[in-house]
Amino acid sequence: MDELNRDTGTRLVKRGLAEMLKGGVIMDVVDADQAKIAEDAGATAVMALERVPADIRRDGGVARMSDPEMIEEIKNAVTVPVMAKARIGHFAEAQVLQSIGVDYIDESEVLTPADEAHHIDKWKFDAPFVCGATNLGEALRRISEGACLIRSKGEAGTGNIVEAVRHLRSILGDIGRISQADSAELFDWAKQLQAPLPLVQEVSETGELPVPIFCAGGIATPADASLVMQLGAQAVFVGSGIFKSEDPAPRARAIVEATTNYLDPSILAKVSRKLGEPMTGIEMDSIETRLAERGW
Amino acid sequence: MKVGVLALQGAFKLHVQALKRLGVEAIEVRTLENFEASQALIIPGGESTTMSFLLESSGIFEALQERSNNGMPILGTCAGMILLSSKITDGRNDQKPLKLIDIEVRRNGYGRQIDSFESDLMIKGFENFFKGVFIRAPLVESVGENVDVLAELNGQPIMCRQESTIVTSFHPELADDDRIHAEFLEMVSNS
Repeated sequence: MDELNRDTGTRLVKRGLAEMLKGGVIMDVVDADQAKIAEDAGATAVMALERVPADIRRDGGVARMSDPEMIEEIKNAVTVPVMAKARIGHFAEAQVLQSIGVDYIDESEVLTPADEAHHIDKWKFDAPFVCGATNLGEALRRISEGACLIRSKGEAGTGNIVEAVRHLRSILGDIGRISQADSAELFDWAKQLQAPLPLVQEVSETGELPVPIFCAGGIATPADASLVMQLGAQAVFVGSGIFKSEDPAPRARAIVEATTNYLDPSILAKVSRKLGEPMTGIEMDSIETRLAERGW
Repeated sequence: MKVGVLALQGAFKLHVQALKRLGVEAIEVRTLENFEASQALIIPGGESTTMSFLLESSGIFEALQERSNNGMPILGTCAGMILLSSKITDGRNDQKPLKLIDIEVRRNGYGRQIDSFESDLMIKGFENFFKGVFIRAPLVESVGENVDVLAELNGQPIMCRQESTIVTSFHPELADDDRIHAEFLEMVSNS
């Protein structure tokens, strides 16, 4: 055996890691201690960032890529994959993240966008990318740019699940409608969605996105995780919901159990007990900045 | 024939699809009851630290050790290989292996995601190459004397068998090639 044909950064290899993360919980962490708590609780991956979305929302100002030193510390603290965020369109930040060996790059609306017209050309990278989407057109545009994983955006840092539900229903609902459409209707669908026709045709034929779809933005309880998994999400991202709650470790474990056993209300009832206060949460009408509106 | 696929986390759906293509009934195993209804078990790729935690909380951990000792056929891919091994290096400190195959593995021994790769493999008994997809794959560092090495890459074992347990450090469920699953099912029907 030899090194003859060892191909890195292939589509299958990049998409493959997303397959491995299915049915799991990816948790936002701001330091090595939190990363360890997340891993011990059964997180499938951690998202390394300097401030969780709830704090970004509170502090205001420009939110940027995290300090590579801090990301390295988290990488060294855990064995699960480490993700990190780059600003929308900020390919130089993404290059830095790839060079320090981040396992997944999130081109994220939670950070302040760097480009108001263009997302990163993700095909140019060997590291896989996840991107947010609020509807099917946005999801397919991100996939056409090379995203290997889509997450419904929800509204990060609110602890309110309502937007996540809206976005998931929109994406999966349109997939259902497209798979019922006849071939002539797909041209109009592509136009309405502002998405490439071949991807629309592929969705119509297979009845699913060409890459996995996870859910983010507002998950704060085990029942929230179950709700979005039942709606059709294949895994969940929990940002502020864990480390902004009263007692993060048991809540993290409970959300992991709930994501696996999302169809079994008796297990959900068992794991939802005595978790302390969830993060406070924000009602949608009271927020000034809708992070989900970032991205084009 | 009812074959269970451990569905606590990871790429279990792809294994279920492979079993269906081969005309076998697949059971997604999340609880002890699901496990008890299964004749054989596939442990998919995913995160072994997550699956370890859920194997214990679901009570499947001990039940699986007992059934395996009584000859239950098991196929473990990537994270499945790590869980089934006798010793894990670079895992979580409290991560307990099932000790159902006598190999020692290093978690992420082939590196991080950026080092993940595809490579054509020669597997004992197969006429043509098999596409090996290695994702943050475990490295087999030592192999006990009762273990058959079925495939190697650069002199390192990547597919091993001991009695009714088969493990791979790569992901046959991603390869669009059902030969390994077919071979496993043949073992199940002979068991």
